[in-house]
Amino acid sequence: MTTDTLVSRTTGILGLIETHQKTLLVLFLAILIGIPAYANNYVLEVLANTWFYVILCLGLNIVVGYAGLLDLGYAAFFAVGAYTTGILTSRFGFNFWLTIPVAMAFATLAGVIIGGPTLRLRSDYLAIVTLGFGEIVRIAARNLKITGGASGLIGIDRPHFFGTELNQISHYYFVFLALALLAIFASYRLQHSRLGRAWQYVREDEDAAEAMGINRVAIKLYAYIIGAVFAGIAGCFYAAKMTAISPETFTFSQSILILLGVVFGGMGKIPGVVCGAGALVLFPEVFRGIGSMRLLVFAVVMLLVMLYRPQGIWPAQKS
Amino acid sequence: MSDIVLQLQDIETCYGKIVALRGINLVVKKGQIVALLGANGAGKSTTLRTISGLVKSSAGKIMFLGNDITRSPAHETVRNGLIHVPEGRRIFKGMTVQENLDLGSFTLKDDGVRKKRMERVFGLFPILEKRRKQDAGLLSGGEQQMLAMGRALMNEPKLLLLDEPSMGLAPFLVQEIMRVIRQLNASGATILLVEQNAKAALKLAHYGYVLETGKIVMENDGNSLQNDARIVNAYLGN
Repeated sequence: MTTDTLVSRTTGILGLIETHQKTLLVLFLAILIGIPAYANNYVLEVLANTWFYVILCLGLNIVVGYAGLLDLGYAAFFAVGAYTTGILTSRFGFNFWLTIPVAMAFATLAGVIIGGPTLRLRSDYLAIVTLGFGEIVRIAARNLKITGGASGLIGIDRPHFFGTELNQISHYYFVFLALALLAIFASYRLQHSRLGRAWQYVREDEDAAEAMGINRVAIKLYAYIIGAVFAGIAGCFYAAKMTAISPETFTFSQSILILLGVVFGGMGKIPGVVCGAGALVLFPEVFRGIGSMRLLVFAVVMLLVMLYRPQGIWPAQKS
Repeated sequence: MSDIVLQLQDIETCYGKIVALRGINLVVKKGQIVALLGANGAGKSTTLRTISGLVKSSAGKIMFLGNDITRSPAHETVRNGLIHVPEGRRIFKGMTVQENLDLGSFTLKDDGVRKKRMERVFGLFPILEKRRKQDAGLLSGGEQQMLAMGRALMNEPKLLLLDEPSMGLAPFLVQEIMRVIRQLNASGATILLVEQNAKAALKLAHYGYVLETGKIVMENDGNSLQNDARIVNAYLGN
C-alpha cells in the first residue's frame, strides 16, 4: 500500500468518526458499562485503576495544561483527600459521604497554602516549591499520630450507596468510571469558560493578560484549587476502595507518574490526557509477560515519545 | 484642575538595586496626545509600566482621574479605563484575531456591548475584520500593531498608553499608525505615547517630555520641541 492511499484511508476513517461522533460515543459508553458483566476481577481492577488515574491526570492537567504551572507535588492533594476520609471514618465514625465535602474544603485549603505564596514564582522555582510541598505532606503523614504514622490507617469504612455496601471491585469500577466522566465533563466546561480563556491568556503572556485586566494571581490560584479538589475527591474514593492507606502511596514518584500521564497524552488536551492516563496504567499490565523488563520498556517508550512528539501523543486541534 | 487625566508626582522606580526612574513629574490633560521621548534605556517603557501597575514605584504618587492608583495592580487600573498597549505588541499568536480582541474586553460581561465595541474597532481597522478568523501570528507587523491597539480599544480606554507603536514598521506603516492615533484622539481618547521615532511623535503631540537616564530633562508643547535645537540635534537629526 502506498502512503497516499494509507493517508486517504486514515482521513476517511477520521471523517467517519467525526460524522458519527455521537453514535460512537454512546456505543463506547455502552461497552464501558457492559464490561463488568463479562470481565474478571483482574480486568476490572486494572480498569478501575485506569479511571482513577484519568481523574488525577485531568486534575493536574488544569494546573499544568490549562494554567501552565509546573506542579511536582500533586500527590499531596490526593493524600489530603484520602487521609481526610480515612481519619474521619476510622477515628471519628463519620459517614463516608459526609467526608467528601470536608475533603474538598481541605483540598481547597491545601491549594491556597501552596498557591498563595508561590504564584509569584516562575516555572523552575515553582517546581521546586511544589516538590517540597509534596514531600512535606507525605513526611507529615508519616510522623503524625492522627495519620497512623508510617503504617498508615486501616479499617476505613466502606461507603453505602442506596443501602448497598460498596465492597465489590465492580462497584468501584462504576464509581471511578462515573467520577472520570464527571472529570471529563468538568474539564471540558472549564476549558471553554471565561476562566479557561483567562488561563490560556495568562499561560501565553502573563504581562499582556494582566495589562488587559486579568488578575493573574487569582486565576492561577483557582487553577490550583480546582486541581486540588479533583485530586481530593479521587483520594476520598481511593481510601474507601483500599480501606487502608499509607504514606508510601503519596510519594514523589506518584506525583511524577501523574505528570507523566498528562505530558505523555498532551498537555491541555482532554482526550490526550485520558489516553495518557490509560497508557500509564495499561502499559505495565499489558506487558506483564516480560517481567521486570516492562518498566524499562515503558521508560524507553516515554523517552521516545518525548523526543519525537514532545507535544504528546494526541494530535493538535484543527483550527 | 479637573481636566487632568493623569499626574505623576516624583515617581521613582527600581529594578532590584538599579534605579530606573528618578523622580518623574508628568501631567496628561484630557483630549491630549502627550509624547514621551528619549533614547534606549532612558526609562520610557518603565514609566508606562509603572503607570499601569505592571511594576511598582518605590516612591511618589500616581493620580488617575482624581484617584490615587499608585498601589493599584494592573488588572484594577484596567477596570478604571487606563489601558496599556505594551511594547512589542504582545498579541497572542496561535489565537485568532477575534479571540485576541475578546481578551481586550475580558472585564466586560455584556456581549451586546462587546459586539458594538468590536464593530467600532473594525471601523477603525477594516483589515482586522477581514482577518477576523485568522491566526494573529500570521498578520504582518503593521496589522499586529493595529490588533494590539484594537484590543486596547475593546476596553473603551479613558487613557491609552502606547509603547513604541511604530517599532519595526516600514515608513508607510508608521504613517498609517500615526494617522490612526490622531483619529483615536480626535474621537476623544487621551493618549500617552512613548516613541523612539521622535519626528513622527512630535508631529502629533500636543505636549512632549524628554527623558534621559530616568529623569525628565525637557518639556514643552509639541511644536516648540519640534523646533528646539537640542531636540533636533539629539533626536531628529538634520
